Amino acid sequence: MSSDTATSTGRAPTVFVPSSEALATVLAPGARPPRPSPLSASLTFSWRALLKIKHVPEQLFDVTAFPIIMVLMFTYLFGGALADSPRDYLQFFLPGIMVTSVVMITMYTGVGLNTDIEKGVFDRFRTLPVWRPAALVGMIVGDVLRYVLAAVVILTVGLVLGFRPDGGVFGILAGIGLLVVFSFAFSWVWTFFGLILRSEKSVMGVSMMVLFPLTFLSNVFVDPSTMPGWLQAFVKANPITHLVSSVRAAMAGTTDASAMMWIAVWSAAFIAVFGTLTMHRYNRR
Amino acid sequence: MSRRTTGLAIEAEGLTRSFGETRALAGIDLQVPAGAVYGLLGPNGAGKTTAVRVLATLLRPDGGHARVFGHDVVSEADAVRARVSLTGQYASVDEDLTGTENLILLGRLLGLPKAAARQRAEQLLTAFGLTEAAGRQVKKYSGGMRRRIDIAASILNTPDLLFLDEPTTGLDPRSRNQVWEIVRAVVAHGTTVLLTTQYLDEADKLASRIAVVDHGRVIAEGTPGELKSSVGSGTVHLRLRDADQRPEAERVLQATLSVPVQLEADPVAITARVGGDGSELDAGAQAALALGELSRAGIVVDDFSLGQPSLDEVFLALTDHPAVPATDERDDELEAAR
Repeated sequence: MSSDTATSTGRAPTVFVPSSEALATVLAPGARPPRPSPLSASLTFSWRALLKIKHVPEQLFDVTAFPIIMVLMFTYLFGGALADSPRDYLQFFLPGIMVTSVVMITMYTGVGLNTDIEKGVFDRFRTLPVWRPAALVGMIVGDVLRYVLAAVVILTVGLVLGFRPDGGVFGILAGIGLLVVFSFAFSWVWTFFGLILRSEKSVMGVSMMVLFPLTFLSNVFVDPSTMPGWLQAFVKANPITHLVSSVRAAMAGTTDASAMMWIAVWSAAFIAVFGTLTMHRYNRR
Repeated sequence: MSRRTTGLAIEAEGLTRSFGETRALAGIDLQVPAGAVYGLLGPNGAGKTTAVRVLATLLRPDGGHARVFGHDVVSEADAVRARVSLTGQYASVDEDLTGTENLILLGRLLGLPKAAARQRAEQLLTAFGLTEAAGRQVKKYSGGMRRRIDIAASILNTPDLLFLDEPTTGLDPRSRNQVWEIVRAVVAHGTTVLLTTQYLDEADKLASRIAVVDHGRVIAEGTPGELKSSVGSGTVHLRLRDADQRPEAERVLQATLSVPVQLEADPVAITARVGGDGSELDAGAQAALALGELSRAGIVVDDFSLGQPSLDEVFLALTDHPAVPATDERDDELEAAR
């Protein structure tokens, strides 16, 4: 392995000689601070997520370029065929593609966790005397920022292309808020898969297998009334359908109470089931 | 204020743990006294890492139990975590973050307020000679620097027990010496250290007691002196001028020393263990005697050295099988746990 000199910087090598006085200073035991609250520990972990974005900004590619491509591609691909014009289609389609893109991005939570575990840094986190879910909650809170960013990017592209929601600023904020709450809850599905699957690649594979049917077999692209009965049954039960309905309603300045209730139920269920499974797995190893 | 602890830091009884078909721990018993360095010595795959991971609350044992400062590692894991730190064999800091950020992150997680966490980070970086690299991402650090930031992170809260899993594997000799200096300082300040290593000389230099681990069991335990004298305190390495004389040299050595003699792969090399329990002479005197006899027999010795027994030789003596590196334990674990 390499020696002590930082060759990459080309600076003159400096050799570290441990000094017993300096070590004595840092080793003198002080009073131990009280352990941080669950909230504070979680926020510290989300600070870590932000630092990682700062150091590896390339990882924002999937929350910027990917959503832009999705909006442009489908608006012009389907717009003329499914509505009078791409611009008309966009009024129906934008909330849906926003949901699709953000929900697809949630899978990176699992991929990121899997990488972290592979690298070994989670071994240290797991030996810390902090609230156990903090590392994962913090990670997902960091990811929520990415969801917001993706939603804003899509909204901006939509507005440029002519999306004019009736709900105004408040409606848009409410729509993005619903989407972010659901995505936070949905991310726990991926933390679970990130923990149980062997590699980053298999996490990606499983995520795609779940996400493609879930997002496409919904009311994102077309009105479900044209679909065969058995497919309508699936679409009606699909949480993505409820999410799209409630986001569409919010952005249009109305409220879809039944869809919103379903979103609350689904979100609570994802956290209860997959949050528990995740923590069980996280503690068990 | 001193947190020096007396008594036992670790008591483990019959710890077992399997990963699928692999039996990583086959009933480990350990009694680690507080306030000193305790060495777990063994080849790759012997079960050292698994033992550390069980004791550090990262892994549940299948059977047996273990207490750290009196707290059970399974039922009182949180109390154990409050008193231990782990520097794993793999990077246990975030490689994407800088040295400073890593230490602040951990300081905050241990409950330090922001300003205090920053101050503590700077203090540690200075003491570990990492001030210049403080703002650089850890993935750009050299092997030795990475080990130091890892250990700095582990002593952030001056733990009562520090696990160091193969802290010098893969380091150059100078970085290894630096780590040794740090370990000595850590222990001098009252922290107990459980050190795993594949190198007998490392365990010898640092540990006051050593447990030799093989196939998930402790096969020998004692002070370094006790272990070595059970094996023979040294090894004579000889290189002959003429390979044809080796069978004769082997006969002479066996007759003179009455110890096992080993023929090396190099056709002129031959080694013998000296200074064992049964001998009246010390290793040096035995070696001198052997050289004299060889010379009398007309065998030309070009090169000669007297060294400590290697881990391989300790293993050979204790188990009758060489310390063959098995597969990596953590890989087994990652495989099996998923």
